[in-house]
Amino acid sequence: MILAWLLVLLFVGGVLAWVSDRVHAQLPRWVALSVTLACLLITLFLWLETPAPANSSGTWLLRYEVPWIPQWGVSFSLALDGLSLLMLALTFFIGLVSVLISWKEIKNRVGFFHFNILWVLAGITGVFLTMDLFLFYFFWEVMLIPMYFLIGIWGHENRTYAAYKFFIFTQASGLLMLLSILGLYFVHGAATGSYSFNYFDLLGTDFTPRVGKWLMAGFLAAFLVKLPVVPFHSWLPDAHSQAPTAGSVILAGLLLKTGAYGLLRFVVPLFPEAAQVFAPWAMFLGVLGILYGAILAFAQTDLKRLIAYTSVSHMGFVVLGVFAFNQWAYQGVVMQMITHGLSTGALFILAGFLYERLHTRDIRQMGGFWATIPKMGVIALVFVMASLGLPGLGNFIAEFLTLVGSWQASPAFTIFATIGLVAATVYSLRIMQKVFLGQHVATHRMQDLSPRELVIALPLVVLILWLGLNPQPVLDLAQGSLEEQLEAYHHPAVKTTSPDQVTLTAAYPQDSVQTLKGGSHALK
Amino acid sequence: MRLNDVHYLMPLLILVAGAIVTMLAVAVKRNHQVVFGLTLLAHLAALFTLLPLRGFSYQIPPFLIVDGWGVFTMGLILMTSLFVTLVSYAYFEQREERKEEYYILLLLATLGTCVLVISQHFMALFLGLEVLSVSLYALISYLRLREMSDEAGIKYLILAAMSSAFMLFGMALMYAVTGTMSFTEIAVYLRSVQDIPLLFLTGFGLVVVGVGFKLGVVPFHMWAPDVYEGAPAPVTAYIATASKGGMMGLLIRFISETNGYQYPSLVLIFTCIAVASMVAGNLLALRQKNIKRLLAYSSIAHLGYLLIAFLAGNQLGVEAVSFYLVAYFITTLGSFGVVALLSDNVRDADQLEDYRGLFWRRPATAAIFTAMLLSLAGIPLTAGFVGKFYLLASGVSTQQWLLVAMLVLNSVIGLYYYIKVIAVMFAQPEKKPELRKVLHPAISFASGATMAVLALLLVWIGVFPSTLVQIIRGLLVTFTALK
Repeated sequence: MILAWLLVLLFVGGVLAWVSDRVHAQLPRWVALSVTLACLLITLFLWLETPAPANSSGTWLLRYEVPWIPQWGVSFSLALDGLSLLMLALTFFIGLVSVLISWKEIKNRVGFFHFNILWVLAGITGVFLTMDLFLFYFFWEVMLIPMYFLIGIWGHENRTYAAYKFFIFTQASGLLMLLSILGLYFVHGAATGSYSFNYFDLLGTDFTPRVGKWLMAGFLAAFLVKLPVVPFHSWLPDAHSQAPTAGSVILAGLLLKTGAYGLLRFVVPLFPEAAQVFAPWAMFLGVLGILYGAILAFAQTDLKRLIAYTSVSHMGFVVLGVFAFNQWAYQGVVMQMITHGLSTGALFILAGFLYERLHTRDIRQMGGFWATIPKMGVIALVFVMASLGLPGLGNFIAEFLTLVGSWQASPAFTIFATIGLVAATVYSLRIMQKVFLGQHVATHRMQDLSPRELVIALPLVVLILWLGLNPQPVLDLAQGSLEEQLEAYHHPAVKTTSPDQVTLTAAYPQDSVQTLKGGSHALK
Repeated sequence: MRLNDVHYLMPLLILVAGAIVTMLAVAVKRNHQVVFGLTLLAHLAALFTLLPLRGFSYQIPPFLIVDGWGVFTMGLILMTSLFVTLVSYAYFEQREERKEEYYILLLLATLGTCVLVISQHFMALFLGLEVLSVSLYALISYLRLREMSDEAGIKYLILAAMSSAFMLFGMALMYAVTGTMSFTEIAVYLRSVQDIPLLFLTGFGLVVVGVGFKLGVVPFHMWAPDVYEGAPAPVTAYIATASKGGMMGLLIRFISETNGYQYPSLVLIFTCIAVASMVAGNLLALRQKNIKRLLAYSSIAHLGYLLIAFLAGNQLGVEAVSFYLVAYFITTLGSFGVVALLSDNVRDADQLEDYRGLFWRRPATAAIFTAMLLSLAGIPLTAGFVGKFYLLASGVSTQQWLLVAMLVLNSVIGLYYYIKVIAVMFAQPEKKPELRKVLHPAISFASGATMAVLALLLVWIGVFPSTLVQIIRGLLVTFTALK
């Protein structure tokens, strides 16, 4: 029930924030702040109250389920495990930060702005919690519209184009996922006779490799575009660079993570066989993304665009890790999701701070700021170092674990991915060098960080350090649910090793084909 | 005709009585409010008498049949007509033409549509169709002092008359082959023959022309943009909803009664029409700068979507059609309602520029319009999403991959022009718009309240679709043609 309350709080809070605009111009900010803070506290409370996840029997900490459209087997089904809990904590923390950084930046339509922020967070929360595929798609779409408005109304000069592109890319891929969800629903229904969108029912659905391949392709379309993986990434630099700071932070910190979460939660357990067939390609795309993103990041002159391309590069590690199918890599992926959310979010915030002072994002017009704004310089240094994977900061743990895991799956790809780390060093140091070192070019006086800005930046620094020095609590929390995602790869392992598969197909050559055929007749 | 039949025909009789009483009232004294009130009353009474007809399948041989499907479509059409009436008051109040006859014509058009959806015989079909068409000729050119309105009326008159002629000829050919005009007897005949005679197929093809015209699907869609643009906004809403819905209701009844789904050639024809409508409608809408034309093309595409569920040809398909019709009707009424609400007495607010920055001038109106457009685009929290989901489900369940893929592709294209309008509404106005003459709030109260109700319905159905699904399933139990 407490899970549903989180959603209610965000949805109602959003409406309240919009309405409260009429009472007082500052009120929406306080409403949004208190709602996100309340959600964060609830999540932290859940974290502290949960029993140690050592008992691997029950990975689900909380479940809540009421029928929604019983005629179609749709239920309002929410569930919380370690993975979702971590994601929720990240969501509300980033949400809180986004509200704070907009305090001075957003001056018009304050009520509607905070409405959109809270509804985007609600959509994301829903995505991380729901265990019903219909509801999942529902929330998946709910987070799009407010994001579209955030970019389209409060964005920079080219906002309309960026908002369009973002919306159409994500919506198109989402519709393909909807097709797959329906396909899965009918295949499962025809096979078992019970039509349900429930995740737990649909787990372990049997289908022929061909059907599995197509169904997985739909899910992959949505998640790989959202992540994004290289051929589908072109919406990201535009959306990130045109969005207001809060929008960029939510995009980089949270929206991309929904893609990664989707891969872990849905693609991997639902389609174990098809995913293994696709794994080499996915790892290739991941490595391609790492290198391509890094090279393009190095070539950018727009600071936000640069950071956006570093996201492409970092998300490559996520794909690489997810398709390595082992516990090491998955721990790395989860760490990467969290630390990337923090570090890239922080970089976008710094870009926003600079934009407020300079009214430009062009790094050619920056330089030598260390002398005038040392506090910001130090904080930027921390996150630039995090982004290049310096040991002691969270990102190092993430990338190290991912690479260790992917080495076991494919040494060749891992070697190339490691080159990406070198490239990361190059582009990260370029940020530092161009903006804070070198010749001082700015003509007007610049303010160093204000107390409000410090309040935003310091917790981020503390968290990224904490994650780098003491990642164990996070890893422990995620472990149970990650094992569950991988379960399909341990038990029927016999099924996938080649000699057994031969015997299986030899013994029952047309078994699965017949099931499906019968199923499709039943539907007609 | 038995005495008992009167009970089942009550909604129709009330509509007839409503039209006559209204006419007499106009003869005594012209009063917009009284006529408006009478029309509302007629609609409400008809809806009220429709309620007890649920759960029966009652034949009124040879022409009519009142079953679940008929009751559902009649109820839907009456509700639509009711909403159109509500929106019309403010719209016509600010225009100088004589307003009262409009309501008589509207009642008659609704009567025709209701006859159409419960007919099981070519004669009744044609009777209903003509009552509808003739009323529409007058309704479309009702603002006869405006050039566009005249043009649209003439265009519709010529094309609709021609399509009726096609249809009549087609019926004649089918009658020549089968010797009957009743749907059920045609079905009996079709079961008795091995191959369908060519003459029958020709006749059927000609009927498809007539049906396609009313539905406004490609390649019979040419009239739609011009008529939508020229007709007064409430009439446009009526054409886009009730008239199309009535024809869809008839089509489903006819094809189900005659077991049309088992003939591949027929399925092929409708598949082609569906694909062509989706693609052409969406592509042509892309570059429109006129909201009414944009919605016209979008409605062509939506009828294409609807045909997917129609082609599924099973229980799920008919449910999906029903659900989608409800969602689409609410959405279309809402969109044209907003257009009507924003129109002044010189012209309709149909240019995209009229909507620039609307959100900052009239937030509530813009929010409602946004919701309607998002529903057309099929975004969650709106009825349009559940409707589209239902369509996809019916398509996937019968494995019509081509159609389903086209639906997905076209949804994406459609998204572009829907959010184009939304983006314009949320854009900053470049200059302060000159203040338009605003009606007395009491006059536009009915329109405003209707819009609010429609928006609430839209969200309600989008979030809790199970009630509507329950109602539809309950009514379809008595639609025996499906079994």
